[in-house]
Amino acid sequence: MTGFITDVMANFWAGLGIKLALIAFIVPTSALVFGILEIKISAHMQDRIGPYFVGAWGWIQLMADGLKFFQKEDIVPTDADAPVFKLAPVLVLMSAMAIFVVIPWGPGLVFGDLELGVFYALALSSLATVGIIAAGWSSANKYSLIGGLRAAGQLIAYELPLVLSVVGPVILAGTMSLSGIVEAQVVFGVPYIVVQFIPFVVFMIAALAELSRLPFDMPIAESELVMGYFTEYTGFRFLFFFLAEYAAMFGMMLFAATLFLGGYWAPGIPESMMPFVGPVVLLTKAGLLVFVAIWFRWTWPRLREDQLQSLAWRWLIPIALLNIAVTATLKVIL
Amino acid sequence: MTTDQHLLRQLSDASVSVELETEDMTLNIGPQHPSTHGVLRIVAKIDGERAHDIKPTLGYMHRGYEKLAEVRNYPQITTLINRIDWTSGYANEIPFLVAVEKLMDLEVPERAQYIRLILTEMARIASHLMFMGSFPLELGATTPIMYATRDRERVLDLIEGVTGGRFHPNFNRIGGVKPAAGAGSTMRKQSQDLPAGFFEETRRAMDGVRHSCDQIEDLINTNEIIVARTRNVGVMTPELAVAYGMSGPNLRATGVKFDLRKVEDYLPYEGIDFEIPVGTVGDSWDRWNVRLQEIRQSARIIGQAIDKVPSGPLQAKVPKVIKVPKGETYVRAENPKGEMGYYIVSDGGQGPYRVRIRAASFSNLSVLPVVLEGALVPDIIAIMGSLDFVLGDVDK
Repeated sequence: MTGFITDVMANFWAGLGIKLALIAFIVPTSALVFGILEIKISAHMQDRIGPYFVGAWGWIQLMADGLKFFQKEDIVPTDADAPVFKLAPVLVLMSAMAIFVVIPWGPGLVFGDLELGVFYALALSSLATVGIIAAGWSSANKYSLIGGLRAAGQLIAYELPLVLSVVGPVILAGTMSLSGIVEAQVVFGVPYIVVQFIPFVVFMIAALAELSRLPFDMPIAESELVMGYFTEYTGFRFLFFFLAEYAAMFGMMLFAATLFLGGYWAPGIPESMMPFVGPVVLLTKAGLLVFVAIWFRWTWPRLREDQLQSLAWRWLIPIALLNIAVTATLKVIL
Repeated sequence: MTTDQHLLRQLSDASVSVELETEDMTLNIGPQHPSTHGVLRIVAKIDGERAHDIKPTLGYMHRGYEKLAEVRNYPQITTLINRIDWTSGYANEIPFLVAVEKLMDLEVPERAQYIRLILTEMARIASHLMFMGSFPLELGATTPIMYATRDRERVLDLIEGVTGGRFHPNFNRIGGVKPAAGAGSTMRKQSQDLPAGFFEETRRAMDGVRHSCDQIEDLINTNEIIVARTRNVGVMTPELAVAYGMSGPNLRATGVKFDLRKVEDYLPYEGIDFEIPVGTVGDSWDRWNVRLQEIRQSARIIGQAIDKVPSGPLQAKVPKVIKVPKGETYVRAENPKGEMGYYIVSDGGQGPYRVRIRAASFSNLSVLPVVLEGALVPDIIAIMGSLDFVLGDVDK
């Protein structure tokens, strides 16, 4: 059986097809699952019931919502820059999907084990901001424009701490391949969060800013900018942004779980079981981090753009830089 | 965009670039915007995120209550004025009724006066609790409004129990209050004025309200982001507040210790012991805290008023057809949003000759161009939210 799978995957086109199909399955599914989780958790936090008519306990409410988007008219504003307007949601969704390629789900269970996996994930995740700026600029709406520009400001402020905080685990592992980092943690004996707790916190803050989640959702900022950069989007294009939001959150948290929480590895699981238990372990870890993001969203208000910039430049970047220095020094000494 | 429009825009850009300056963007906020509490429209010039030349545009919700009042008789007008500030419908009725009673020289029975006082303070709690939810919502926190509306139900249920209405009770009658819901027309029977167990229920609800305040203090006042977003945002000096005719919690947040409940005698407040919470800086944080403390004080007032409610009739003797003698008067009251007053001119008929409504939110909002000058776009929303105006109260 295993041999057969290996044979099929060895065929370039068959392997590629299966991988693409899997990613195309994971992205909308994760959006549906985490979307309904967010709705249910927020309802619980807000002393509400939440949806409960559609399906058992309302679990397929989002399916109904998704179908609803198919019926909606696809509106492109008259003044909009139509090609850019149409391209933007695709870019955002593409960037959200791309990160899944390098995440290892078990030993050898990875869509594409890139030598520069960390670099690839960081680069692709910031591609979403290009789509967001494009959406804000092309919508011919001032609120969208402000939202897009805020996203640009956020990108510059948060890409640095995000990258710098990742350097710690990379130094410890001595590789930029995500599979390599997980294997290094297996050898290390404990997940890197134990020795890299501060960069983990910096990473999470920066990731929330990158994902435009509260308390850093200034590019959307419902109470100020209506819906920020996607105010003018309707129907299927709106759905693209929606899918991208949750897929990107899931992807980013998978990335964080792989870097800091030991990825698919958990202590006490025998090597032979790893390919089967690994995905579950990783999913649990990432799910916990997603829960934290949801928790923040429903309990915290929004920061102001200038406060966010000062947080990034005055605190996160110096802390992350200091961590690199300390980690590198200790790595050489020990 | 047509070629002509494009050309025009380029020309205007060119004229600006001669001075080597970038053109400021005109941002139109409202009348349909998530954070304008109805249909306020604000036109601002923004340079990046910094706004200047703020112009509030009012009147999208003008319903002409002053004019409508002229073609109605006095008992009918209470229905209208309920809807001026819809977050505290009950409190709106009081100054109008007191003005009419003053013109008619009616002595309102004490029991009715105390019932009015209790319900007015309940309306204040309801209105301020609404603010406790809507203001964090403007700052991006979506959860407090759920908690606040839930806690507000305690008070609204009680108001509903007495008056039969949650938002627009229409409960006051000239010369007293209406016999409670379902009580028929026999006013003298004690058992028919307030619902059974009302006082015990109210005491319990006030404990609940105090608990809500503790919870709000615990969850929101300790949140660093809330503090960072409100401290020193939208600072108003006492002079500025007085110059623009601000009143209510917005005025008191600047440190001016002025409360009409202590000054005027429209309701029997003099025998009741309560404090006037004041702020020190006059920023959004102070406005938030003053309202929070006012909820506690209102609960305290209601607790004392319950002890003082005498027995007796609910209504003074009034003729079947109410005619108000010729004359004019102005009665003002401390409403949740600030000073609300009615200037009534009577020519001796069944309806007023002219009614002038002094609504608190209108004056409170007039300070916007000053206080928003140079503010950031997120702060515009935060400051507007902290002023706690209601568009029905602004446009009347």
